[in-house]
Amino acid sequence: MADSAPLLQLHQVSKVYRNGTVALQDANLAIAPGEFVSLLGASGCGKSTVLRMIAGLGRPSTGSLWWDDPSHQGDLAFVFQEAALMPWATVLDNVGLPLKLKGYPPRQIRAIAQEAIALVGLQGSELTYPRQLSGGMRMRVSIARALITDPRLMLMDEPFGALDEMTRSRLNADLLQLWREKQWTVLFVTHNIYEAVYLSQRVVIMAPQPGRIHGEITIDAPYPRLEPFRTSPEFSQYCRAIAEQLAIADAI
Amino acid sequence: MNPLKTLRSRYQSWLSPEVLAPMIVGLLSLTAWELLVRITGLPPFLLPGPLLVLQTLITEWGSLWPALLITLKITVIAFLLAATSGLLIAVLFVQSRWIERSFFPYAVILQTTPIVAIAPLIIMWLRNNTFAALVVCAWIVAFFPIISNTTLGLHSVDHHLNNLFQLYGASRWQTLIYLRLPSALPYFLGGLKISGGLSLIGAVVAEFVAGTGGARSGIAYQILMSSYNLQIPRMFAALLLTTLSGVGIFVGLTALSNALLKHWHDSAIRHEN
Ligand SMILES: Nc1ncnc2c1ncn2[C@@H]1O[C@H](COP(=O)(O)OP(=O)(O)O)[C@@H](O)[C@H]1O
Ligand SMILES: [Mg+2]
Repeated sequence: MADSAPLLQLHQVSKVYRNGTVALQDANLAIAPGEFVSLLGASGCGKSTVLRMIAGLGRPSTGSLWWDDPSHQGDLAFVFQEAALMPWATVLDNVGLPLKLKGYPPRQIRAIAQEAIALVGLQGSELTYPRQLSGGMRMRVSIARALITDPRLMLMDEPFGALDEMTRSRLNADLLQLWREKQWTVLFVTHNIYEAVYLSQRVVIMAPQPGRIHGEITIDAPYPRLEPFRTSPEFSQYCRAIAEQLAIADAI
Repeated sequence: MNPLKTLRSRYQSWLSPEVLAPMIVGLLSLTAWELLVRITGLPPFLLPGPLLVLQTLITEWGSLWPALLITLKITVIAFLLAATSGLLIAVLFVQSRWIERSFFPYAVILQTTPIVAIAPLIIMWLRNNTFAALVVCAWIVAFFPIISNTTLGLHSVDHHLNNLFQLYGASRWQTLIYLRLPSALPYFLGGLKISGGLSLIGAVVAEFVAGTGGARSGIAYQILMSSYNLQIPRMFAALLLTTLSGVGIFVGLTALSNALLKHWHDSAIRHEN
């Protein structure tokens, strides 16, 4: 996969916020189409900043972003840690929002939204309101909303960070399945080593103060990754290697 | 939910401490008041007992009720004007920081100027149409909470949702309709609750100021005349009607707010523990 032309490249990207915080320094990163890449690091090392710049929600102070095809630039979706749902709208309306903003006719929105809701396993909850849902279900709604535009690049900023361990594992497995089915490219931010190893093909390790990319580790395990993978010796080796790198990154 | 359960919960809500406690306090105070008046033999022109007030209300109904309707008409028109103008101005304010910065202070000035002081002017300017003058006075008192609340609400949009709208290339108009206005709804409704009562107060104060030069018709005018003529029980009866109207307005607007926010807002949801 690393051989194909990258979907997206960051060249020496730095971000300095107006208050002088250097959130990111000289980051270089290439993401191939179809790849599942995680950004791993303690909080404050610029993970969200990377995602926001890729999404066009902020510009790099220096450096540049390169897309394989500039028309794909807008072809992405963003999932936040908080599900960020509209509390006044039903699940169906929340999921259909991106298409509504793009001016699709209501009937078509409804049909596509229903399909997306079924994909994340929420059929039957179309007319409920976010408040009535558990944290895990809300995150499923958020994912359904993200996948409704059939994006090429999925940006996920600690989407499961606020969930309990069991719910997180379930959603991890379901996310992998969706990724394989839909052939997305995923850039996934997390501060959980196990989650990063379980999900990704590559784990990019970041370091704080100033935020920067420290290195990366390739996870060479085949998909589908089932439950036994989580308890395999291979899995714990990867986790240990990453933990060591994180410790080094912190010490510098 | 089964009907029996609904019935029970309704029954329970009537017997809930929130309803029961103030009712007991009210009944006790009224009884104490009645006893005080009877035992001390206070003349009714100093302080009528509650029973006498009630009796007067019934006998004077024919003159008080139409008067109340006139005041309520002023109140409702002023309130509707305040609600729409407040909402529109708030929407205008959030279109640009400069508009808000330039005009918000004047909204504050209009609000902090005592209505009693400017009502005579307004009544003079609009002397051909006293009704309109009274409506304008009540509107001035009532519109500020709606502007300030709604402006705050339009600014308090969830940060991530804002990003999401940006990401999907939402137009200014779409962001207003689908994001900002719904986000502001609870704040707007909060403003309505305050401004409903203020409309009534504004109408009453304006009628007072207009006095004999006014339309000589509203409930405040009746209160004024009753006090001039030392018909104190009648004055109390008119006062009672005014207060009940205020409570009615508040209860109505609270019910409206709860109905609209039923599905999603904290303030309207009863948390089960
Ligand atoms: N809008 C902002 N203005 C100023 N500083 C910011 C802003 N956003 C983030 N930062 C700072 O930039 C650094 C990196 O933040 P962020 O990208 O959110 O890190 P992470 O997502 O890894 O926790 C932090 O020190 C944070 O305080
Ligand atoms: Mg972050």
